[in-house]
Amino acid sequence: MEVVDNIDRLLTLMTGDEKHDSAAYSTLDVLRVLYERVLDVSPERVDDPRRDRFLLSKGHGPAAYYAVLCDRGFFPESWLGEWGTFDSPLGYHPDRNLVPGVEISSGSLGHGLPLGVGTALGLRAQGIDSRVVVLVGDAELDEGSNHEALELAAALGLDTLTVVVVDNRSTSYVVPGRIAARFATEGWHVATVDGRDHDQLEKALSERPVGVPNVVVATVIDEEELAA
Amino acid sequence: MTVTVTPTRLVRDPRMQFALTATDLLDEDFSTALVWAEISGRFFGDAVRRHPDRVVNVGIREQLLVNVGAGFALTGMRPIVHTFGTFLVERGFEQIKLGFGHQGLGGVLVGGGGSFDASRGGRTHQAPGDVALMDTLPDVVIHAPGTAEETDEVLRRAVAADGLHYVRIVEQTNAESFRGPGLHVVRRGSGATVIALGPVLDEVLAATADRDVTVLYAHSVRPFDSGGLRSVIGTPDVVLVEPWLAGTSARVVSDALQDLPHRLLSLGTRRMELRHYGTPAEHQRAHGLDAAGIRRSMESFLAG
Repeated sequence: MEVVDNIDRLLTLMTGDEKHDSAAYSTLDVLRVLYERVLDVSPERVDDPRRDRFLLSKGHGPAAYYAVLCDRGFFPESWLGEWGTFDSPLGYHPDRNLVPGVEISSGSLGHGLPLGVGTALGLRAQGIDSRVVVLVGDAELDEGSNHEALELAAALGLDTLTVVVVDNRSTSYVVPGRIAARFATEGWHVATVDGRDHDQLEKALSERPVGVPNVVVATVIDEEELAA
Repeated sequence: MTVTVTPTRLVRDPRMQFALTATDLLDEDFSTALVWAEISGRFFGDAVRRHPDRVVNVGIREQLLVNVGAGFALTGMRPIVHTFGTFLVERGFEQIKLGFGHQGLGGVLVGGGGSFDASRGGRTHQAPGDVALMDTLPDVVIHAPGTAEETDEVLRRAVAADGLHYVRIVEQTNAESFRGPGLHVVRRGSGATVIALGPVLDEVLAATADRDVTVLYAHSVRPFDSGGLRSVIGTPDVVLVEPWLAGTSARVVSDALQDLPHRLLSLGTRRMELRHYGTPAEHQRAHGLDAAGIRRSMESFLAG
């Protein structure tokens, strides 16, 4: 008997595909590792000030995010089939005011990391050491607002902040190694891992360096793409 | 957590008053934060020393400034976010629209400089369009205090309230302070109604000294006090004077009087760039917002 992965099943509810290829989603493995192994969050604690915060900055293509949240019980499966319809809480970009567990409304690029820096500062001011994890795309780093944020995060030693860059080389002007080098220049703790390897992701995302923020560059490049 | 409140020392300069009152609010309410971007740093020394975790200078990073404020709000705190109005509202307007508006978060944005403070600095440091731009957002509360005392009152009210507030702090002041939101009846007459918003009241009073008109004043620009206007309006001639982009509040006056045939003259800064330097008073005059200019426009309108 073929075991159908629940996330794949949930994704199929949204896409209607007969067999869903989860590799189509560059963020899916990162999201699964975060919600299944790393983040201290649950549907019962969406208002707990001490919960970890996950900010999906790259709000485009949120199907994988919705599937993972649904799998963790944040909202019912029945929502998935109707996504994008007028009365659905699930839009093509997520809205924190409509979806339990969604920490920020995103879609326009370059807002999540600045919001994450503010969130980490707000928690620090209240003596709460919960983690703030922000997911950005490599092309999203084109936006200059990110660079304002990553400079300040390092200057203020925000060690509760983790950025995970899903790098599928979608920016138009790729410079190999630039992302890791830029964060390193600013003083961040940097790890580059295979963005499909759950154990590597778990190890890198669980790291809590003291006194500096943490970035994980999760490389998600298909071998066919590289050969092309 | 709240500690004993002593009244804030009042000074004459609205910007210094903003800093003094903000510092006291930080002392009084531990859920208050102040986020700033180099500008006005010389006023924030005490606040920085006393509350290093709640008073954050982000450097010259205005997009970040707004979203860091919104991030504080995401954790349940009430941020005061400050720089010059042009950098606060215009440079990163999408940050305001999305970081506060779309997220459904509240905060108090305090923009300095307005239309005239940087008369010698040129267009780069002037924000005559800030009120109009903020007015594109739903439910935003906009304050334009006309004195330091009003600045103290408005800031306290905005920080204690919910939602998104914009406080416009400028050096121009009126002689008299008025407490509370809504339209204040400064003078009753039987003719036209003249509405002064923010620090243009003294010019309006001088321009109308010998005319039988009603003069209304508000430092609360949004929401607009429609009921207050309707309750005093006599002849259906309305003159609106605001020291930012002309016509910014014409919409709300028209809405207030939509079932009443009326005429409206909207005075404010003109759209053209002056490309002149000099004093704030010279700029007010060039935009026709000194007493003589207001009188000229009003007489021509009322004679019509």
